[in-house]
Amino acid sequence: MTALLQIRDLTVTFATRHGAVHAVDGVSFAVGRGEVLGLVGESGSGKSVSLRAITRLLPDFARVSGQVAWQGEDVLAMSPERLRRLRGGQIGMVFQEPMSALNPVLPIGLQITESLIAHTDLDARARRARALELLDLVGIAAGPSRLSQFPHEFSGGMRQRAMIAIALAANPAVLLADEPTTALDVTIQDQILRLLRGLVDELGMALVLVTHDLGVIAETCDRVAVMYAGRLCETGDVAAVFARPRHAYTAALLQAMPGEGTRDRKLLTIPGQAPRLDAPAIGCAFAPRCALVRPICTTDRPVLQPVAPRQSSACHAAADLAA
Amino acid sequence: MPRLGWLVGRLLQIVPTFLLIGIAVFVLARLLPGDAVSAMLGDRASDATINRLTAELGLNRSLGAQLLAFLTAAAQGDFGASLSRHVPVMRLVAEALPVTLSLVAIATTLALAIALPLAFIAALNANRWPDIAIRAVFQVGLSSPVFYIGLILLTVFAGWLGWFPVGGYGESVSEHLYHLFLPGLTLSLSFAAVVMRNLRAAVLAVLTAEYVDFARAKGLARSVVLLRHVLRNALIATVTLVGLHVGALLGGAVITETVFAVPGVGRLMIDSIFARDYPVIQALTLVLAVLVSLAFLVTDFVQMWLDPRVGR
Repeated sequence: MTALLQIRDLTVTFATRHGAVHAVDGVSFAVGRGEVLGLVGESGSGKSVSLRAITRLLPDFARVSGQVAWQGEDVLAMSPERLRRLRGGQIGMVFQEPMSALNPVLPIGLQITESLIAHTDLDARARRARALELLDLVGIAAGPSRLSQFPHEFSGGMRQRAMIAIALAANPAVLLADEPTTALDVTIQDQILRLLRGLVDELGMALVLVTHDLGVIAETCDRVAVMYAGRLCETGDVAAVFARPRHAYTAALLQAMPGEGTRDRKLLTIPGQAPRLDAPAIGCAFAPRCALVRPICTTDRPVLQPVAPRQSSACHAAADLAA
Repeated sequence: MPRLGWLVGRLLQIVPTFLLIGIAVFVLARLLPGDAVSAMLGDRASDATINRLTAELGLNRSLGAQLLAFLTAAAQGDFGASLSRHVPVMRLVAEALPVTLSLVAIATTLALAIALPLAFIAALNANRWPDIAIRAVFQVGLSSPVFYIGLILLTVFAGWLGWFPVGGYGESVSEHLYHLFLPGLTLSLSFAAVVMRNLRAAVLAVLTAEYVDFARAKGLARSVVLLRHVLRNALIATVTLVGLHVGALLGGAVITETVFAVPGVGRLMIDSIFARDYPVIQALTLVLAVLVSLAFLVTDFVQMWLDPRVGR
């Protein structure tokens, strides 16, 4: 599988009044056609920042280094016009909260067609036809009247469908989805995930799905990358990682996941809280909360390395977890 | 279509508003100290003369009857004759009103032409030198009294440079515009300062909105993002402010009209108050109040046009 999008050693620092905040620290991953990569972690783990760094959507005070390669082309060095065509044209993006990500005062139809104006040569009639086709694709029936409606006239699930339609307008090869179902209730969440998965299978897109929900990963993704405190802990095929996590944090997350077999016992949680990012840990960032912590964890930073076929982990206890 | 109902409802509000304005104007004029008859005749008039004039003006009838007569006549645009100038009130108003309306129109146009681009430049360069410079200049404009700005503009552009007339109104439309430019500019500066500050803050707030990030993520050109997604949404809050300010300008151009000797509503109002010219005061107050409520009505319509959530 050739990688459409390859991220190497991505580092994002925010210069703030209280010093530099290391939001993302040396993250690498790749995604190829027809593949769904899940980026999972708790709030502040740097997953959303990583996603926005790909298309350089971060504010000016963010310093981004490392490499973002779109089919071998360096995104971080792109001219503004080339970047504009990449955004939406080749890499589509879906945000978390459709109510705030859709412009409240513009009709949905316009918000779809302006993407078409930006990326295609279609005339007004063709744009309208394409907009209707897109609404149909994401499961919004009765299109024509929908085009003139405003976001507040849509239900939450419909709004998220509309946002996906907008992101798909110019046929991007990669879709980046930032917690696309977090703001929705569970049944709608399931519908949206099925829709996304179906689009990947049908259109051969690549999808990077950011979420804090391991259930979403299990249901939707082929591969998973687990993030903690701005760093990658573990990557691998979803089935392998879920069956045999090789990082203490992944293992703890999976144990904390409610599911079958947890009905009769108290739900496990990970003690403590995520570390501050203004003073990165010398050793493993998870060490203070880790049940498997050993002396080396506080002094040596573990490196992400292969622990099994198609599975890598950055954990000093990786070998023990395999047993 | 629910918005049509909202629109009609908003239009119908005008009726009770105008009626209340009429009653308030009538009552307020009666509450002014002094009375018209003694103001017209002076201290040494005989009782017979006073009684005759009082009857002539209808001031001896009951208040209720006077109010009814006033409202009926006012609805037909008849405010009687000026007590001090002995011409129909409506003629005085009709002469002064276009002057003030033009002045306010010029001031508003200039204020928006100055404030909109500068607010945008300031917001896009927030806390860098263009922003700081723009805000500093407007701070001076905002904190200087209007008559002072007026005098400075007069001295520089009419006195030293001789580009504009010192005062008056001229004869033709082009002369009117020429004469009203400096007073219009005077009025526009503090107006522009308020709009600039408000719009700058609104643009800054909108710039951090998710839908602006989403618009950029869609690959829209920067100009499209700024005009369609940022400016339009930022204007929604500012439109209300502009409407209120236009309303205030209609009755608040008195000082500027005096400094520039412009024969507008403000000057007519001041003269009439000193002469206790009740009919003129009533007519002007009524006309101005009606104009202010019309300005607010237009503001509401513009807001509805900009923001589809209004009226639903």
